[in-house]
Amino acid sequence: MPSNDIRAVDAAREAKVAAARDLSDVSHEPGVVKPDAILVVDGVRRQFGGLVAVDVDHLEFPRGCITALIGPNGAGKTTLFNLLTGFDRPQDGDWEFRPTADTAKKMRNVPAYRVARAGMVRTFQLTKALSKMTVLDNMKLAATRQQGERIWPSLLPFLWRAQDQAIEARAMELLARFKLDTKAQEYAGTLSGGQRKLLEMARALMTEPTIVMLDEPMAGVNPALTQSLLEHVKALRSDGMSVIFVEHDMDVVRDISDWVVVMAQGGVIAEGPPDVVSANPHVIDAYLGARHDEALPEVELGAPLADDAEAVREEIAAEIHETEKEAGQ
Amino acid sequence: MEILQNALKALVAREAIYFALLAIGLNIQFGYAGLLNFGQVGFSLLGAYGIAITVTTWGGSYWLGLGVGLAAAVVLALLLGLPTLRLRADYLAIATIAAAEMLRLGFRTPSATEITGGTQGLQGFSGEFYELSPFPLDKKYHPFGILFTGQELWLLTVGWTLVALLVLAVWLWGRSPWGRVLKAIREDEDAARALGKNVYWYKMQALIVGGVIGALGGAVQATATRSVDPDTYLPIVTFYAYAALILGGTARPLGPVIGASLLFALLSVTDSVLRDLTTGDNPVISSDILDSQAIAATRFVLVGAGLIALMAFRPQGIFGSRTEVSIDAK
Repeated sequence: MPSNDIRAVDAAREAKVAAARDLSDVSHEPGVVKPDAILVVDGVRRQFGGLVAVDVDHLEFPRGCITALIGPNGAGKTTLFNLLTGFDRPQDGDWEFRPTADTAKKMRNVPAYRVARAGMVRTFQLTKALSKMTVLDNMKLAATRQQGERIWPSLLPFLWRAQDQAIEARAMELLARFKLDTKAQEYAGTLSGGQRKLLEMARALMTEPTIVMLDEPMAGVNPALTQSLLEHVKALRSDGMSVIFVEHDMDVVRDISDWVVVMAQGGVIAEGPPDVVSANPHVIDAYLGARHDEALPEVELGAPLADDAEAVREEIAAEIHETEKEAGQ
Repeated sequence: MEILQNALKALVAREAIYFALLAIGLNIQFGYAGLLNFGQVGFSLLGAYGIAITVTTWGGSYWLGLGVGLAAAVVLALLLGLPTLRLRADYLAIATIAAAEMLRLGFRTPSATEITGGTQGLQGFSGEFYELSPFPLDKKYHPFGILFTGQELWLLTVGWTLVALLVLAVWLWGRSPWGRVLKAIREDEDAARALGKNVYWYKMQALIVGGVIGALGGAVQATATRSVDPDTYLPIVTFYAYAALILGGTARPLGPVIGASLLFALLSVTDSVLRDLTTGDNPVISSDILDSQAIAATRFVLVGAGLIALMAFRPQGIFGSRTEVSIDAK
């Protein structure tokens, strides 16, 4: 086992180095062209009444990398996720999924279930474990092209039993990897919040995806489990999948992502490797600007600024803490 | 003894078959797929009138009529499903209850009398079915001391065979990947969609299959009574079927069947008991408190109270799983 772990760690490191090498020549401009993109977004625009939720001119997600999508609340990250996975329709725009370097599929107006079948699978910010089904059934559900999922063949078990057993074996393997194998026969509703996140990720893998899109995979997960989740995300990259994930925690982003895309007010304002992005003044503005607006009325009501600077700083710190806690629930 | 015999007869009575079939259909739609069909009686109306109109009005065969009724149920399911299944569950509920009432009112309008018989309904269309009976129609049979005519016995045999076959089918479906997808849709259809399941089509399949089974129920009931009357297809019929389903336990193959049988046995027992208590020279309950006309209504009050008690103490129904019910849907 230990040698296996070491091999896995090595593989992960190698994958990260390879990914970084691929992207080392790419400039750090929003909308930059990547040498080998897996998902290319063009002019996607989604408006809710007068509010422009997403307005992305051009954006490319690199293949075989972990790309983080960050931005302040309301930046349009989840809306972009919903658009790309067919859960929402844009007013305008186009995007292309390239499962291999020389195939491209136009994905606009493709319904969500076809997006998943094409190899782009997603998870949700609020975990969608199917509570009244067992953990194993949750997993088996996700396998694609099942004979027994057609209404008439489903009545004749001998037509699909062999396939079902193969699916079950694969499901148990994945569950073991995510340390959920002992829970296989329990209802998913009895799992803890963190275990549900693990189950959702494992379940997504049952579809044999090319891109895994994780919407806040770490939200509501305790620190101990966060580490294990991070390892699982890195393992996806070593297994050759591309990962796009939405996250708030900068430490997590710095730790695992090869590339970071920053969104604010619906658009992409910065792109680059994590360390470059976190030093980018636009990004700092986007984040701290948002905090500033929230704290401003308090400052105005209070005594002269200089006297209260410390108090305000504390207040902001408390508020950030609060928000994080809320996001963590 | 008479009470017991009445109860036994009610357990297997044609009403029990009728409501068992309606509830089996609802179990697929509501129990497995989470679809709220409040117009199951509309499907049963189509099954019944399919036979009645084909035979009595158009002079066709009984079996053709059965096919017409089931086909009409498929069409109704498509018409209801196409616009509403993309929307939230409540829209289907509204559309189905309205459609069922539209059908009833449409079939009873004077202008439709030539075809549907209007408020008089139609009679005398099930001869072909009874011709097949291996039991002489007027012969009297006494299994367990309960009196059945050959005609009743033939209908009950066919009806319960049908119920048994459908229970078997639901059992197989419930254990198959198809059933798994339906349950996933019931739990969270976005999750099912995100895993590559064509949710819309699965919901449509459930609506059609459940509706066709409801139409079969209507066909059996019409064949049993040898007549159709639009005013027996009231919305309350759907709710009795739901009561039977919930009494038995949802998403369990046998739930709706046992539920329907028990519901009618309970109604029959309370009826007999109340009648015993209120009649005779020195009735236990004097007619000032409960006269014989109020008995029919009172037994529904009692059975209703019993159902409420069941929901309080055994929310999963008779066959349901307690743990499954106690997991809150999130």
